[in-house]
Amino acid sequence: MAVGDTRSSNFFDFIVDRDTERCIECLVCIQQCPYDANIHRTVEPKGVVSDFAKCTGCHRCEAICPTGCITIRRNPSQFREHDIWTDWHIKNLYKQTATGGVLLTGSGNDYEYPIYWDHILLDACQVTNPSIDPLREPMELRTYLGSKPDKLEFEEKEGKIELKTELAPQLVLEVPVLFSAMSYGAINLNLCEALARTAEAMGTLYNTGEGGLHKRLYRYGKNTIVQVASGRFGVDIDYLSVAAAAEIKIGQGAKPGIGGHLPGEKVGEDVSKTRMIPIGTDALSPAPQHDIYSIEDLKQLIFAIKEATNYEKPVSVKIAAVHNSAAIASGIVRAGADIVAIDGFRGGTGAAPTMIRNNVGIPIELALASVDQRLRDEGIRSHASIIAAGGFRNSADVVKAIALGADAVYIATPALIAVGCTMCQKCYTGKCPWGITTNDPYLAKRLNPDIATEQLINLLRAWSREIKEFMGAMGINAIESLRGNRERLRGVNLTERELGILGIKHAGESW
Amino acid sequence: MKRVYPKEEVCMACRLCEIACIVEHSEYKDIFWAFRSEKPRQLPKTKVEELGPLSFSANCRHCKEPACIEACITGALYRTDEEHPVLIDKDRCVACWMCIMACPYGSINRDERNGTRHSTKCDLCPDKEIPACVKACPNRALIYEER
Ligand code: SF4
Ligand code: SF4
Ligand code: SF4
Ligand code: SF4
Ligand code: SF4
Repeated sequence: MAVGDTRSSNFFDFIVDRDTERCIECLVCIQQCPYDANIHRTVEPKGVVSDFAKCTGCHRCEAICPTGCITIRRNPSQFREHDIWTDWHIKNLYKQTATGGVLLTGSGNDYEYPIYWDHILLDACQVTNPSIDPLREPMELRTYLGSKPDKLEFEEKEGKIELKTELAPQLVLEVPVLFSAMSYGAINLNLCEALARTAEAMGTLYNTGEGGLHKRLYRYGKNTIVQVASGRFGVDIDYLSVAAAAEIKIGQGAKPGIGGHLPGEKVGEDVSKTRMIPIGTDALSPAPQHDIYSIEDLKQLIFAIKEATNYEKPVSVKIAAVHNSAAIASGIVRAGADIVAIDGFRGGTGAAPTMIRNNVGIPIELALASVDQRLRDEGIRSHASIIAAGGFRNSADVVKAIALGADAVYIATPALIAVGCTMCQKCYTGKCPWGITTNDPYLAKRLNPDIATEQLINLLRAWSREIKEFMGAMGINAIESLRGNRERLRGVNLTERELGILGIKHAGESW
Repeated sequence: MKRVYPKEEVCMACRLCEIACIVEHSEYKDIFWAFRSEKPRQLPKTKVEELGPLSFSANCRHCKEPACIEACITGALYRTDEEHPVLIDKDRCVACWMCIMACPYGSINRDERNGTRHSTKCDLCPDKEIPACVKACPNRALIYEER
């Protein structure tokens, strides 16, 4: 706080409401608040009190207090109502004028843009086509990611029919949900390990993000997608060889066109080794990959990786959903990518400039539909799989995405919430009170990988069950039959243009 | 026998185990009674030891060959057999603190509240199926099992 600036101390966002009748002064809330917002007063008036200005609204103390005597509330104090100058805009300007800095935030875009998932409805069978009971009949969620051949050729060998066409390498998923890129450094090793173990147990994959792969996690290689990003952190032949697939990261939904910055303080011994950079140096990922200025350059990197891994592993290219995604995706597929990952503007992040996060990129629903359509129109849809990412909240969103054209989806924020995240959006401080987005040795211990693995497995298990319920209701017994099946989607409250881009009919229109 | 084992890699030093222990040994086993009414307040029978980010709850190991029993000059510390916890008969304790000196884990503490003077230690919560500290730990940093 700047000298003479009482705005930041008194215009606080949250109130730590402590029922002093119930508080036993055990001091647990003080020990657990990483922002030192709770204080033990040992001179009169004695007791446990809070400095509201320091509270980030993470709810950690509320969750852990043994008498349940804390309630974190929004500070009800409001400026005079104004539709344009809301408290949020005013307070941002106060913050900025105190520091002169870029406003930073964590997690995904929280502006009120339309969420198209909530304007799309799914179909169900009635009378003329029977629905299926997923508890009694087999339901197939298995998904193969990778380039599919246009046609299959067979030959006869010693009286046996054999496949002649050489198939491109595929990733096999038992559930069409993967864990999205989160780098070691942004999240800690405990969580990386929980994600890896869950991917192994559930038959899916997790993505290392751009932070390299810790040696301890090499054993989960066949459930790992390793990223090759602009900083090239931790990329070597072992890294590429141990993984099931490599992903070239061009962009991220939360901050399209923006690089990353892991401050030097967070680059301790383990992060330094894993990222292959000296201890204490800032890990800067440039905004672009400096050897990729065109689709031709991208093609070179795709094939450099394929060459290095004997053409045994699919290569994915991840882009942020931007205005020209469809044409870019077409170029990516033509450049030889086996998978195109598209990250919508609601995707999360450990740190991004608030204004970029909230104003750059487009919704995944529109990007996905237009990419799928473009690739189909050009007759190259089967040459690559599509993974949609950014803003999936539940199994219904996943089912809708698959019907819109995705082969699978990437999730990250739901995984964080599964292990405790309360969406306080302060990941960039490196002090996550739940031990998630932090490498502080005091805080990282709060994430017990055993507990986190159980929670993540439950998350995927619950979603798979629900996906099967949806499929059963639609009379579909294999997720393959739902892919790109937009006839099973209907829009509500959407304009002609939106329906056109999504490629779906309005509710009320029959087949 | 089952013992309480700490897992220091996930202990976050919140001390909820100590609080649960105090409550379990209070007259009414009620947190408000234990902390606001009972005088004097019970002492926790486990203590969270901390050195930087390293921390763990230092429970009694209920050792196979307990140094405390060996050291006790009055027979206040005892156990029925190897399958039972090491307990203290506080009426026989003369507060010589030899057990405290002898325990290699620092799991015995002095109880000098309101003029009383005797040792105090973990009794593995005889009234509970799962010891109170184990149940209270929010991060599974205490494991109750046979090893
Ligand atoms: S954790 Fe709860 S009971 Fe303990 S000091 Fe804080 S508010 Fe009081
Ligand atoms: S920052 Fe979190 S732990 Fe600290 S007082 Fe606020 S809600 Fe409680
Ligand atoms: S990961 Fe942690 S810091 Fe980030 S939003 Fe969630 S609780 Fe807050
Ligand atoms: S309750 Fe668990 S995490 Fe907390 S101090 Fe005790 S052993 Fe450690
Ligand atoms: S087992 Fe019972 S007596 Fe022993 S430390 Fe834990 S709560 Fe206290």
